Amino acid sequence: MLEIKNLKATIGSTEILRGLSLSVNAGEVHAIMGPNGSGKSTLAQVIAGHADYEVTDGTVTYRGSDLLELEPEERAREGIFLGFQYPVEIAGVNNAYLLKASMNAKRKHQGLEEIDAFEFLKLAKEKMALLGMDPKFLNRGVNEGFSGGEKKRNEILQMAMLEPSLAILDETDSGLDIDALRAVAEGVNSLRAPDRAIILVTHYQRLLDYIEPDFVHVLSEGRIVRSGDKSLALQLEEKGYDWVREAATG
Amino acid sequence: MSTESDNIESIVNRRYEHGFVTDIATDTMPPGLDENVVRAISARKNEPEFLLEWRLRAYRQWREMQEPDWAHVHYPPIDFESISYYAAPKSDDDRPKSLEDVDPKLLETYDKLGIPLHERARLAGVAVDAVFDSVSVATTFKERLSEAGVIFCPFSEAVANHPELVQKYLGSVVPQRDNFYAALNSAVFSEGSFVYIPKGVRCPMELSTYFRINAANTGQFERTLIIADEGSHVSYLEGCTAPMRDENQLHAAVVELVALKDAEIKYSTVQNWYPGDENGVGGIYNFVTKRGDCRGANSKISWTQVETGSAITWKYPSCLLRGDNSVGEFYSVAVANNYQQADTGTKMIHIGRNTSSTIVSKGISAGNAENAYRGLVRVMPQADGARNHTQCDSLLIGKNCGAHTFPYMEIKNPGARVEHEATTSKISADQLFYCRQRGISEEDAVNMIVNGFCKEVFKELPMEFAVEAQALLNVSLEGAVG
Repeated sequence: MLEIKNLKATIGSTEILRGLSLSVNAGEVHAIMGPNGSGKSTLAQVIAGHADYEVTDGTVTYRGSDLLELEPEERAREGIFLGFQYPVEIAGVNNAYLLKASMNAKRKHQGLEEIDAFEFLKLAKEKMALLGMDPKFLNRGVNEGFSGGEKKRNEILQMAMLEPSLAILDETDSGLDIDALRAVAEGVNSLRAPDRAIILVTHYQRLLDYIEPDFVHVLSEGRIVRSGDKSLALQLEEKGYDWVREAATG
Repeated sequence: MSTESDNIESIVNRRYEHGFVTDIATDTMPPGLDENVVRAISARKNEPEFLLEWRLRAYRQWREMQEPDWAHVHYPPIDFESISYYAAPKSDDDRPKSLEDVDPKLLETYDKLGIPLHERARLAGVAVDAVFDSVSVATTFKERLSEAGVIFCPFSEAVANHPELVQKYLGSVVPQRDNFYAALNSAVFSEGSFVYIPKGVRCPMELSTYFRINAANTGQFERTLIIADEGSHVSYLEGCTAPMRDENQLHAAVVELVALKDAEIKYSTVQNWYPGDENGVGGIYNFVTKRGDCRGANSKISWTQVETGSAITWKYPSCLLRGDNSVGEFYSVAVANNYQQADTGTKMIHIGRNTSSTIVSKGISAGNAENAYRGLVRVMPQADGARNHTQCDSLLIGKNCGAHTFPYMEIKNPGARVEHEATTSKISADQLFYCRQRGISEEDAVNMIVNGFCKEVFKELPMEFAVEAQALLNVSLEGAVG
């Protein structure tokens, strides 16, 4: 589904990704781990198409076509979803309104009718119940005055409604208490499907207790230095990131 | 000479070019203003003596007044001697014969605004007899109003048919010498609307300048007078969302509202005069005086405005809360894009007891525009129990625009409760990226954020107007980002 080859990307004059390669197939869950500053979030932003990052080399192929050619909104309509590490607040714009606009943008792209208002509401309430969210959140401003945990749940709600083909969750576990973490993990697990791939970007192994990845990759200085199955995450937890760094350089 | 007065001059000259050739003397007065011009305007309209005297008094006062310079707007000095103060409405011969003769760019905008086909012709100024529908609609409309006893007519018709009402109320809210432009308007106004709602009558429909018969030409110096007699109710809509082009650069209108005991007036405006091109060249100067007088107890006046047009807007719809328990409201969205300048706000003057006022102002600036809110809340010593709530929000799009807030408060009664809240926010790159990552284009994202920002004001507009206003805002901000 996603094929990244020798990807190099800079922000300003700083090179962050230095020749990263990664292959993700439908149905798989990949965890990308690594110390702060290793380029995890940059990878997520580059896949989503953030304009601050410049791709200087390499290719990203998504479902057979060149992803880097597409505008961010086109990537989204093609089924790429980024769960933000810091979801922004948009005061005055109703949460439900954004969600519906987002779904309809995608539906329009697929040549489908706009979603019916009742159908939308029913679906939203169903997904919110699963995430332990109060339906009142639908009528609040987008992330406006939400706690850290509420914002992250809201991201998962959007993901659940949009049913992406490729979901990238950037530090979705950061700042969550154990209940929120569980709810978010359940939300993600419920979306695991043979036609969908999920990339979890995380600093801690903790999230992987709840969402079991098929592959774990360790990122260091803009490259994947080690890949393995879920046991790699446990090893990391035990030995710390210095261990991979040493492994990478030594 | 400065560019803008050059513009005015060229407009005046253009008029000559354009074939009032046969009888210039009767259709358009030569540029310049003196007592003879005022007399000539009055004579041309067959006005009664009192009105001529009234105009002359205004003219003499205007001569001694200075053009104000306190507003946060910049423009080259206006040469009042280069303006022609009277032009008869265009005859049908001068108008486009059909939509095919109309500027395609204008039609494109109508399309974006979703204006129905049959209305486009009238809006574009196509000769009336070529416009189907409107005549019959207007006739039914007139019948229903006269059954209710409502008077709704062009100002000059009111002067001819109801001189006693005009004499009693004209200038009773905005006196001739109120300000420079009001004085000028009082001297030379040539058209406008007049409304009288009799005692206890709830006007059976929303009154709109849109439906006013003979309204094809809104004047450069328009005068509107609305009187709601005891216990009556009226909702009045001014302007429309379709872009209004006009050959006159300076517009100085006066609107007076009088609400007697238990009466209510709701006045909604959508102002979309030509703002000039992307570089700010050629737009309209809109210097308006609007004031409502809550003269009787328990009366209410509510102003709602959506201001998107004009190169310069200078406008403060105000309420004099004289009656006990009277209520004043001001809801405003002012958009300034490219090189537009807006200095707008309100004045709430609390005189009666237990008077209350609400101010909600939303300013949006984009491009190189400057947007200022200027508001005065004055509570007089006798206004026991007066209350005011002011909320004043600014939204910035891009880096080169400005938002300014000038709230003035003069509280002379220690028991008054006055609250002021103000916020300034920006549409951030992060917000736009977030929306785009959710599949929403940048332009749609801006529209969504702007409409969310204005929601509180839009909900005060009559339903159809609100939908149009929303579309209008989107068109006004097209290309504001990126």
